[in-house]
Amino acid sequence: MDYQQLQDLNQQIRIDLMNMFCQSKSGHPGGSLSSVEIISTLYNKVMRVDPANPQWADRDRFVFSKGHGAPALYAVLAHKGFFPVEELATLRKYGSRLQGHPDSKKTPGVDASTGSLGQGVSIAVGFALGARLAGKDYHTYALLGDGEMQEGQVWEAAMAAAHYKLDNLTFILDNNGLQIDGTNEQVMSLGDIHQKMAAFGFKVIEVNGHDLEQLEKAFQVKATGQPKFILAHTVKGKGVSFMENQVGWHGKAPSDEEVDKAVCELGGVQK
Amino acid sequence: MTEMKALRIAYGEALVELGAKNEKIVVLDADLAHATTTYMFGEKYPNRFFNMGIAEANMMGVAGGLAQSGFIPFASTFALFGAGRAYEQVRNTICYPKLNVKVAVTHSGLTVGEDGGSHQSVEDISLMRTIPGMTVIVPCDAVEARKAVFAAAEFQGPVYLRIARPPSPVFTAADAPFEIGKANILREGKDVAIFATGLMVYRALEAANDLSKLGIEATVVNFHTIKPIDRELILKVAAATPKIITVEEHSIIGGLGSAVAEVLSESASGPFQLKRIGIEDKFGQSGTPDELLKIYGLSSENIIKVAQSIKG
Repeated sequence: MDYQQLQDLNQQIRIDLMNMFCQSKSGHPGGSLSSVEIISTLYNKVMRVDPANPQWADRDRFVFSKGHGAPALYAVLAHKGFFPVEELATLRKYGSRLQGHPDSKKTPGVDASTGSLGQGVSIAVGFALGARLAGKDYHTYALLGDGEMQEGQVWEAAMAAAHYKLDNLTFILDNNGLQIDGTNEQVMSLGDIHQKMAAFGFKVIEVNGHDLEQLEKAFQVKATGQPKFILAHTVKGKGVSFMENQVGWHGKAPSDEEVDKAVCELGGVQK
Repeated sequence: MTEMKALRIAYGEALVELGAKNEKIVVLDADLAHATTTYMFGEKYPNRFFNMGIAEANMMGVAGGLAQSGFIPFASTFALFGAGRAYEQVRNTICYPKLNVKVAVTHSGLTVGEDGGSHQSVEDISLMRTIPGMTVIVPCDAVEARKAVFAAAEFQGPVYLRIARPPSPVFTAADAPFEIGKANILREGKDVAIFATGLMVYRALEAANDLSKLGIEATVVNFHTIKPIDRELILKVAAATPKIITVEEHSIIGGLGSAVAEVLSESASGPFQLKRIGIEDKFGQSGTPDELLKIYGLSSENIIKVAQSIKG
């Protein structure tokens, strides 16, 4: 898939997201939109997966630690062929395979049940240790949110990843600067994440998290004997003008009119 | 003289034995490997032993990832930290996706002793019992602790294995059955039934022997599994001996006593009487294990007293 095709797909994913939030009348638009390029690049350019065999033992693993952005993962998985795209319309509904937060028992292609913040990165460390122990060469990727880094468990997991020299593990930070109650700076300053993660023993790479080429290159960087940390600068609500950089769109569903406006902006067809 | 052996030592030894038979067994600890005795496994199988440092929440998550990678992790720490500090990690990372992780904790209950109330877990069974799909096992002596480790490893799904710290009498037979969810009748009597778990099983047997001299014959049942609780046996014993005492080194709120009360109140026919012996709504304090058991009413003398009171 070339960059233009991937960009077109990402645009379609954003349209799908708007429709998903509209029908579910709940969800987390801001953090879903900010992570589209990261997840989409992983599944379409980087990771070794087989949609026909989601449990393939040698697949690369993805842990969506900031689980509230689950709709973005579901949309990427559906377009990749893990389940029908039409199923996206069932998000958050009773009986759906698409739960409010990722559920590995229900959704094909979801590698870990996550969403309680800070816990996914530890699971990722377990996957990476497990790969090494089993003599397998798969890589584990964990996507976390910047607000999530306020959880102490993230630093526990980072310590363990560096201690065990897990060079088969990459953390990606969706660094959009906002959380539920305001900006990270207002709520609880994170300080210099680049320096902190480097001091923890990670190989840190900084990218624009919406730039497909930068993302792909960052994923290709080899780190030997240390885990990797991709600090991806993103825009919360990316792609929808009235949602961009707005704290209020963390966990609120758009109205029908707002969806129409967003879909129109994204170049899609209005309902 | 009854042989004495700490259950936690039996735990470490059983892991070593198990590790030789099953290469999928991995052990994690949180800087307490000498106290939990998992260091024995670490010495024998260094590749399959992970010290995660003083970071219990992360340890539970890593155990979850290892389980999803096809291994059978025994995540070990003290009961207070495994069930308490890492409660939500055990709930969401391990039990919600039904992962095959064994949360194996030592230093449970008051018998941690001198470290005091801040380190004694008197509510861990209650916490773990409420998590959907969690199995809760509390062995009564070193022989049973070994069996519990093997049974937990065989069992598919999350298990909470609660192991006591102090040297304790070894009194169960090597060939006694151990099946998760099936309580064992150790002694039969027509007057009262004593349902006990963990270190209190031995004291229940002592009490039953003394009661016999006083003309009161007691049934003693070892509930090594608190969840799933053996409903069938509870109802069977209650039908024959409707005066029942539960005894546990745990709060009377939410543990064995509560589990038995739930079964009896919903399903037992005919009148019955239930007395729960356990730690009242209180924290522990520093003291020797034996002192504390006596002070908190967890002695054979108190069991005898309660048995006499309901027999009358």
